[in-house]
Amino acid sequence: MVLELQKPRPIWQIMFSTHHTDVGLLYLISSLAFLFLGGTLALAIRAELFLPGAQIIGDAMTFNRIFTVHGTTLIFLFIIPFASAVGNYYVPIMVRYKDMAYPKLNAIAFWMIPPAGALIWLGFADFTWYATPPYSIISAPGPAADMWIFGLKILGISSVLGAINFIVTILKCKHPDMSIGQVPLLAWSFLSSSLIILVAIPTFAAALLMLLTDRLGVSGFFNPAMGGDPIAYAHLFWFTFHPEVYVLVIPAIGMMYEIIPRFSRKPIYSYNSGVFAFVLLSIVGFSSWAHHMYATGMSFTEKTVFMVGTLAAVPASAMHVFNFVATMWNGRIKFSTPMMWAVGGIALFFSAGAGGVANAAMPLDFTTHDTYWVVGHFHLFVMGTIAFGSIGFLYYMFPYVTGRMYNETMGKIHFVMSFVGTVLVFFTQHVLGLYGMPRRIFDYPPIPEWIAMNQIATVGAMVIGVSMAIFLANMIYSSGKGQLANTEDPFGVGGKYYYPFEAKNPSH
Amino acid sequence: MGGHSNWPEWIYIGVVVALMCWVGAEAWEAERLVEHVPEGAETIIVTGQQWFWTFEHEDGTKEIGELHVEVGKAYKLEIHSKDVNHSFNIHDYVVLMDAIPGRVNTVWFAPTDAGEHDIQCREYCGLIHYNMRGKLIVEDPTA
Ligand code: HEM
Ligand SMILES: [Cu+2]
Ligand SMILES: [Cu+2]
Repeated sequence: MVLELQKPRPIWQIMFSTHHTDVGLLYLISSLAFLFLGGTLALAIRAELFLPGAQIIGDAMTFNRIFTVHGTTLIFLFIIPFASAVGNYYVPIMVRYKDMAYPKLNAIAFWMIPPAGALIWLGFADFTWYATPPYSIISAPGPAADMWIFGLKILGISSVLGAINFIVTILKCKHPDMSIGQVPLLAWSFLSSSLIILVAIPTFAAALLMLLTDRLGVSGFFNPAMGGDPIAYAHLFWFTFHPEVYVLVIPAIGMMYEIIPRFSRKPIYSYNSGVFAFVLLSIVGFSSWAHHMYATGMSFTEKTVFMVGTLAAVPASAMHVFNFVATMWNGRIKFSTPMMWAVGGIALFFSAGAGGVANAAMPLDFTTHDTYWVVGHFHLFVMGTIAFGSIGFLYYMFPYVTGRMYNETMGKIHFVMSFVGTVLVFFTQHVLGLYGMPRRIFDYPPIPEWIAMNQIATVGAMVIGVSMAIFLANMIYSSGKGQLANTEDPFGVGGKYYYPFEAKNPSH
Repeated sequence: MGGHSNWPEWIYIGVVVALMCWVGAEAWEAERLVEHVPEGAETIIVTGQQWFWTFEHEDGTKEIGELHVEVGKAYKLEIHSKDVNHSFNIHDYVVLMDAIPGRVNTVWFAPTDAGEHDIQCREYCGLIHYNMRGKLIVEDPTA
């Protein structure tokens, strides 16, 4: 951290370090690299869909591979590692401990990511990020599919190791003077999301193994030709990945809990309701997985049960929104860049949640399921809420990591363009879904409404693309040449910032 | 913490919970009506495979890629798949049901006006998924 650019160390010292700030830095850099790689694929998809017919990508196979790797990359190689980066920097400091509980394990968990990423990218599989059988067993070409399966397997192990580390650090290593009720909400968010990981990921690990042996032809768990049932895979997959969306969103909410009170210059409205909502979400998150499967032929009773389970998660999310708004109410708000991202993220969180309620209502789901509505809906979450919270927090931790200040004007331009772009792309995709455009299609018939909507979405995506280039330039330039930051209060909002010197790296 | 009262939050949570109950109840009621297959509905066997749809009527006639039905009748569709998962969808009539190998799913609809509608596959099923389309042709025998 800081200090790398002011007091350079040889790169291998950072790479082989096990100190939490060094591992955090590695997580940070690799997750941002994957953000840009995955984002480039998104732009390619959008450019192809600007007009009906084949233009720049040229053939359906390449297109299918591109959206598969785009989704896999951004979920598993950007968002999750980004949260780990933040957790690595802040969790030990917040619980007042010198490092993570198991520093070597921490470094190992990170170093599993590059080989996994390489497998996913070099394989370039085409079976979507669900890898649904029987397509993934009988039709998806190897070795791409096998490489994807191995890549995900490694990532799963990595996130389980990371989760164990966070749980032990928070529960066992926190300062004896600090009760669990005093641990900051950001650390609480890591505690709850790590618990979800521990419960959910082993299920998917089992499913992946079964998928692999099915592909090898030695078993037939999910292959109807051998007496298996593809729906069993869907249950295992969604039992992991519905809760997993809370693994993604909870740390982002935790980051907003750092930013919002700081820049409103008010304490958080209700610490207890924040903790309660985290815990509630991580439990209720498990009661809703099959709402992804309304159209697979479930019985009326099953559908009803999962609809109720899904709706039950809404009040918990709504509590966070209330907490944020109540904290800002009457605050002396300073709209620095991190605050703008957090507030924008909350607004998009709210709209995504409203769309989610519509999806949960089973008869409505039949109009939207597997259309662009769904693409728009989950992107409002992943891009609008999670990426916004994360990017806001990245600006917030910038002075902490580099000891310098980013360019505020460029940060604000980045925000405004991304916000406008996000609305243009993902609101439009909701409408496209209502017009009936299915997702994961390489080409579409020249229906005038579809063309118009796709063009708006593509323009929006390009706006985001340009803003990301500005962001990259800002980060690179400012980390080397930016103004030296006031490390006690870099944003001039008063109060306590987490000072870099609280995370003394032994090798400095 | 402390120093502020909690009642606005309680009211707000109450409103959210009430809203969710209302949404759930409405959805439950609508779904119950939608799932009730009318008596005397004609059965059509729909089969999805990479990458087209085939239809078999009760009287044995088969069609590929096109489905002819009549206004005013109710049809019960039995959805099969020969290879991978597909999803049978007539967007204009909100007909959506997955075609899963090894299973038979049913869904019904009753066309109201003569005309043509798109049929499409909505579940990713490989290379030509994007173009796994068909036509629903609703005829009015009295016209
Ligand atoms: C500018 C930002 C982005 C744009 C324009 C974009 C665009 C797209 C498009 C066009 C698709 C293909 C949809 C389909 O054909 O079904 C897609 C799929 C997907 N995207 Fe994004 N995306 C963006 C950001 C993100 C982010 C930040 C994430 C996650 C963190 C993400 C995760 C996914 C996933 C999981 C899929 C599904 C892939 C699949 O169907 O297997 N995207 N995106
Ligand atoms: Cu299909
Ligand atoms: Cu398909």
